[in-house]
Amino acid sequence: MSGPLTISRRELVVGGLVVAFAGRARARSEGTDATGTSALGGFVRISPHGRISLVMPSVEMGQGIYTAEAALLAEELDVRLDQIEAIAAPPDASLYAQPLFKAQMTGGSTSIRGFWTPLREAGAAARSMLVAAASRTWGVHPDECATKDGMILHASTGRVLGYGDVVELAATLPMSEHPKLKSPGDFKIIGMSQRRIDTPAKVNGSAVYGIDVTVDGMKTAAVVISPVDGGKVKSVDETDARKILGVIDVLHIDDAVAVVGEHYWAARAGVEALNVDWDLGPNAKLSTTSIRAEVAKAADEGAPLNALERGDVEASLKRAVKRLTAEYELPFLAHATMEPINTTVHVRPDGCDIWVGTQTPVVAQKHAARITGLPVEKVALHNHLIGGGFGRRLQADTIEQAVRFAKQVSYPLKIIWTREQDIRHDRFRPCYLDRLEAGLDLQGRPLAWTHRTTSGTVRRYFDEGGWPEGKLDKDAVEGAWDCPYAFPAIRVDWIRHDPPVKLNWWRGVGPTHNVFVVESFLDELAHAAGQDPIAYRRALLADNPRAMAVLNKAADAIDWNRPSKPRSGRGVSLHQNFGTYAAAVVEVAVAPSGEISLEKIVAVVDCGIQINPDTIRAQIEGGVLFGLSAALFNRITFSDGRIEQGNFNDYRQLRINETPPIEVHLVESNESPGGLGEVGTVSAAPALGNAIFAATGVRVRRLPIDRSLLSKRGNA
Amino acid sequence: MISLNINGRDHAVKAPDDMPLLWVLRDLLGLNGTKFGCGIAQCGACTVHVDGRPVRSCMLPAANVGSRKVTTIEAIGQTESGRRIQQAWLDLEVVQCGYCQSGQIMSAAALIERNPAPDDTEIDAAMAGNICRCATYARIRAAIKSVSRK
Repeated sequence: MSGPLTISRRELVVGGLVVAFAGRARARSEGTDATGTSALGGFVRISPHGRISLVMPSVEMGQGIYTAEAALLAEELDVRLDQIEAIAAPPDASLYAQPLFKAQMTGGSTSIRGFWTPLREAGAAARSMLVAAASRTWGVHPDECATKDGMILHASTGRVLGYGDVVELAATLPMSEHPKLKSPGDFKIIGMSQRRIDTPAKVNGSAVYGIDVTVDGMKTAAVVISPVDGGKVKSVDETDARKILGVIDVLHIDDAVAVVGEHYWAARAGVEALNVDWDLGPNAKLSTTSIRAEVAKAADEGAPLNALERGDVEASLKRAVKRLTAEYELPFLAHATMEPINTTVHVRPDGCDIWVGTQTPVVAQKHAARITGLPVEKVALHNHLIGGGFGRRLQADTIEQAVRFAKQVSYPLKIIWTREQDIRHDRFRPCYLDRLEAGLDLQGRPLAWTHRTTSGTVRRYFDEGGWPEGKLDKDAVEGAWDCPYAFPAIRVDWIRHDPPVKLNWWRGVGPTHNVFVVESFLDELAHAAGQDPIAYRRALLADNPRAMAVLNKAADAIDWNRPSKPRSGRGVSLHQNFGTYAAAVVEVAVAPSGEISLEKIVAVVDCGIQINPDTIRAQIEGGVLFGLSAALFNRITFSDGRIEQGNFNDYRQLRINETPPIEVHLVESNESPGGLGEVGTVSAAPALGNAIFAATGVRVRRLPIDRSLLSKRGNA
Repeated sequence: MISLNINGRDHAVKAPDDMPLLWVLRDLLGLNGTKFGCGIAQCGACTVHVDGRPVRSCMLPAANVGSRKVTTIEAIGQTESGRRIQQAWLDLEVVQCGYCQSGQIMSAAALIERNPAPDDTEIDAAMAGNICRCATYARIRAAIKSVSRK
């Protein structure tokens, strides 16, 4: 991976954020790279042979970020995407922190929003150093030089130098603090659909995900984990396991046991042969029934934290000629990424190496240092392609477990969880209970809107030191307080209730939950007012032209007013999250049995400036289906402290035969680029629920959708 | 010892009788392109060809393969159908995280090999055993159609 480098010591201040250019990396370099590769800032490395490596601050987990971030760098560096290789950034927040989080992590659809300017500046700064080096070599003014495809050209004399020819000199030159950026009209890469740089290796089996890592001397382990979260190992009978051919070791930590094998299958057989006695701990009786009762009690009795209060809500409600209330409920969800949890760790007296795909490398490194007692700088984390993140790999609990086992042995240890463990020992998307009220005037227009969410906070499991009582977690209300509509009076608040279940972000974060609730309840208002759901929304968007535009485009694209067949219908959703505006229409047919058939999907997105339009479409296509899959099928439930789902048979996913045609339309815009990875997922469930109402008259207020409520009998 | 013919080469591996072909490929032969997804033949990430037919290698004991020929993602590009499917996957930018795509490509190549012009229903039937959590299904369908010989 990344070798020691020749470094230029410069830091560039961008918009108040320090984007450090490899300055601190020098302290860790142990001499000159054997290949003479030079770093021009933290993101650009060029060898004397002209090999160009671009360092990717965000991790690639399918969202196309390697191509997009490489595009930002390559555009200003003046190289083609087929001339570069992308390499994963090592953990180093001083260089690679996501500017919006001020932490090195990939999530929340932030990558392009955060790195849009810094990466272009990094590319431009490196280019200007290369130009300066060439102009010195030639004894000409830099302004006489042009760059193209990794070469510097001196037009009047026809001289040409490759970037590799001058990089050593360039690396010794000062780095411009304010490099000049191209104007958008000059873009050759940004805004044009590009071939993804990670695709070729993914179609021929050569791509290396964390699970594919092979290290000399490595052994593979399978584990058994306390079936109830919070349980501990009481005793282990490992006699039979140790008799199995290929079993090397049995390792214990407080809540899990690992069997190490010459290969995974020996390790698995060893785990099957273990006899573990568990102390199941305080959650041994936990059930979905008890959790739901506690959430409802908190919703009744808890102290709300206000997120937004605008207008006179109480007076407006009193004035209303019609008042509506509704309660919505969303389940815990697992991430169920295709690549099951895995980590490879080698702990030695003088250092530790970790090979893994993680969305949060610095946190993982810190945990490993704490567990091994090594200084942080002695923990090297080699980040890999991730076979689906969706938020799961924002938490490093699985890496902590691997380090706890690996520090007991001298060899590199790869741990692979089963699919069942991946689901049952996930950290889940919170469950939510939402209560809403609205008052309508004589014309059916909303006078007041109140929205109260009761849920736990993911931040408790994410922030060092947890999340203080009495402090609003904005994630819990995101998509609710900032919905697209101009309600004359609105109140949004949150009651914190932490269930005894470890929580994590899940694709779409707060908005996936809130937009489902807001867009469904708004649909209820439209129907109560006897108005068309799109016309009703339009009336609330007079001051929101970008939202209005995507909504109108979606209505046109689906031919909204076309009559529907019996038990068929269309539903719409609209939201503005992650700096992007999105409208979606889902068309369904509901069989007399209640079975739902997806007929067609249209999505319209205004994400501001587009980096790679084809990837934008791909993210929306996949994102919508990801959200529909969960709304149709998924919930995590507890019984006797155990998760009742475990594999794709009982935590099923949408399949190709259930996938309808999808159209994605992009609205041209010169606004700042918005996020995309989660946008489609947020759009999905409310459009589906509203379509089901249009088809059947049954309002979906709980997910996943209960088919029995939609059957003709149930609906009679 | 278990004798296997994989990607045109003969191998002899020392493995327990119940060891699935998936883990023989990955852990004993270093062929990591075939992926572990579910272990119960629900997701298709481990799909390989056995005598040209798509098979879930996570539940097929290597000892049961016998003299049949195994083809994996690493070698599918050497077949006409495999090469065309891989090219279609590139041309339509089907892939997102990519973890399931070895299995998707193996299922698609097998389909195209026995049915050069599948319709939507036939594509769905052949591909329904392959889950993609990135839900690249619309492009998978389009890519298969793009190589379909009318």
